Amino acid sequence: MNGRLRWRKFVSGFMLTMTGVCALVAVSVLFCILGYLIYHGGRDINWNFFTKLPTPVGESGGGMANAIVGSAKLLLLASLIGVPIGFFGGIYLAEFSGSKVAFVVRYSADLLNGAPSIVIGIFAYALVVHPFQHFSTFAGSFALGIMMIPITLLSTEEFLRGVPRALREGSMALGASKWSTIIRVVVPAAYRGIVTAVLLALARVAGETAPLLFTALGNRYWSPGWNQPTESLPHMVYIYALSPYEDWQHQAWAAGLVLLGLILMVNIMARVVLARGVSVPRA
Amino acid sequence: MSTSSIPVPSASPAAASRSFLSRLREGDEIARLITFLFAASVVLITLLLVYELWVGSVLPREKFGFGFLITKVWDPIAENFGALPFIYGTLVTAAVALLLAVPLGIGAAIFLAELAPQRVSDPLQFFIDLLAAVPSVIYGVLGVFVVIPLMRQWVQPALKNTLGFLPLFQGPAYGVGFLTAGVVLAIMVIPYIISVSREVLMSVPRDQREAALALGSTRWESTWKVVVPFARTGILGSIFLALARALGETMAVTMVIGNTPTISSSLFSPGYSIAAVIANEFTEATGDLYLQSLIELGLVLFVLTFILNGLARLLIIVTTQRGSGMGNA
Repeated sequence: MNGRLRWRKFVSGFMLTMTGVCALVAVSVLFCILGYLIYHGGRDINWNFFTKLPTPVGESGGGMANAIVGSAKLLLLASLIGVPIGFFGGIYLAEFSGSKVAFVVRYSADLLNGAPSIVIGIFAYALVVHPFQHFSTFAGSFALGIMMIPITLLSTEEFLRGVPRALREGSMALGASKWSTIIRVVVPAAYRGIVTAVLLALARVAGETAPLLFTALGNRYWSPGWNQPTESLPHMVYIYALSPYEDWQHQAWAAGLVLLGLILMVNIMARVVLARGVSVPRA
Repeated sequence: MSTSSIPVPSASPAAASRSFLSRLREGDEIARLITFLFAASVVLITLLLVYELWVGSVLPREKFGFGFLITKVWDPIAENFGALPFIYGTLVTAAVALLLAVPLGIGAAIFLAELAPQRVSDPLQFFIDLLAAVPSVIYGVLGVFVVIPLMRQWVQPALKNTLGFLPLFQGPAYGVGFLTAGVVLAIMVIPYIISVSREVLMSVPRDQREAALALGSTRWESTWKVVVPFARTGILGSIFLALARALGETMAVTMVIGNTPTISSSLFSPGYSIAAVIANEFTEATGDLYLQSLIELGLVLFVLTFILNGLARLLIIVTTQRGSGMGNA
């Protein structure tokens, strides 16, 4: 009996330790990734990296200025597409809609959210690239914008629903219409949560490569305007990492480090600074 | 929700207040209409997505029918297209990924939800959330420069020496292939399993644990025999979610799977996945049949992830509601 108890205690201690090991392994992956990127890519980040165009094969130096600007343009336009639809759609779900319509909209958003990014790429290709016979910044932004919609929509709704009822009633009791209650009272009360969600959505699509492969395509030079193929940072990482040239591979590490650094920074900022005091309401 | 407007107190003149009110009410109606249009556009976009995938793949569906799904040949020159090698590659890599990720992810989730005090658990969860934010192309880069050499030089020879009698671990060790893609995918989906499982485990009512402990079970026994079974549908949901992610994952897989449409019982063999073939060949597809076959592959992928995501959502909702419902009772 005593031996059996000792055995059970041993099993308990052992298994619980193993779960700790699992957690440690999972978290250490993050630091491995960061470590490798800094070790291999840190040296190649210099002024040229941010200001120069890529050089032809065999010529050393050069940078990714066009990819950085391209990514910025893609993200800007993507937010212009994704954020309004998500934000106003979220307002409709939280404030105006009946439960049936809300179910259909939410279900569609879930469907979009779960769709593989490469499928979103096909969609953008069929809808934007094919009719215009043209790869473009606009097509890439369309794909990324669609990926931003569900995150923005669902979290806008969630945060608006989390605003206490008393605030709305107070505003309406003062004679405000429903719309001005929403805009002046409810949305400001929830804005930190919504901004956090939008930033997280932006950070997520910033690293997407698959939907850009056949919408924005890629470009070794500056992309003028919005209707030309454009380079983007994640696509550059992809192309350079698979290239046989050592020079390019170094640059792939550097670009990866810059990309991941930006994404993690936005994530940390959104989660720690902005989201402080925002308690995510339970649905 | 409250009604659309509430009468204003009669402090202002009645007539002025009435016209003012009706204007306001008009404003509300306009706002309702505009926000409705935005919400409706989400539904429209989703329908359009399904429509485009369906219409875009009409040629191969007419020509190959369901044979598309079970044909092994992928020959763009002869315009003969079958999806089987890609479906096989997608399923095999996802299976390998889950085999590795599920024990590790659930173990870590148990630690975070049951064992670690909050001041340890929350920062760790924060890192896990950050890990989920790492873009797939970065995993691809690490896959190419770190995992592939590691597999070629150490892991695959070791597996061959110990388990080489199994057909799974035979053939030359290229480094690229099903096994490597599965390993990279496993690393990528672990954060999803941990986050969702942790949440589900934390929603298990406290009485369950206390009852088990009061009956004399050890800490592990109460966790493994009471808490985990209570949360099992939700944990299953997290696994489905991870599976859906693994199936649709593109960049990292494309970079390490070897991109050869083969069906082989060996995990060392290079292969191909649905997402990878779309990524590689879409811009190079010549001819409508070729392009539409790729779009049909996209449709297959979409349907697969659609089913899995639906199941996952259902399972997670069922468990968390049961948990919190009983906790309140």
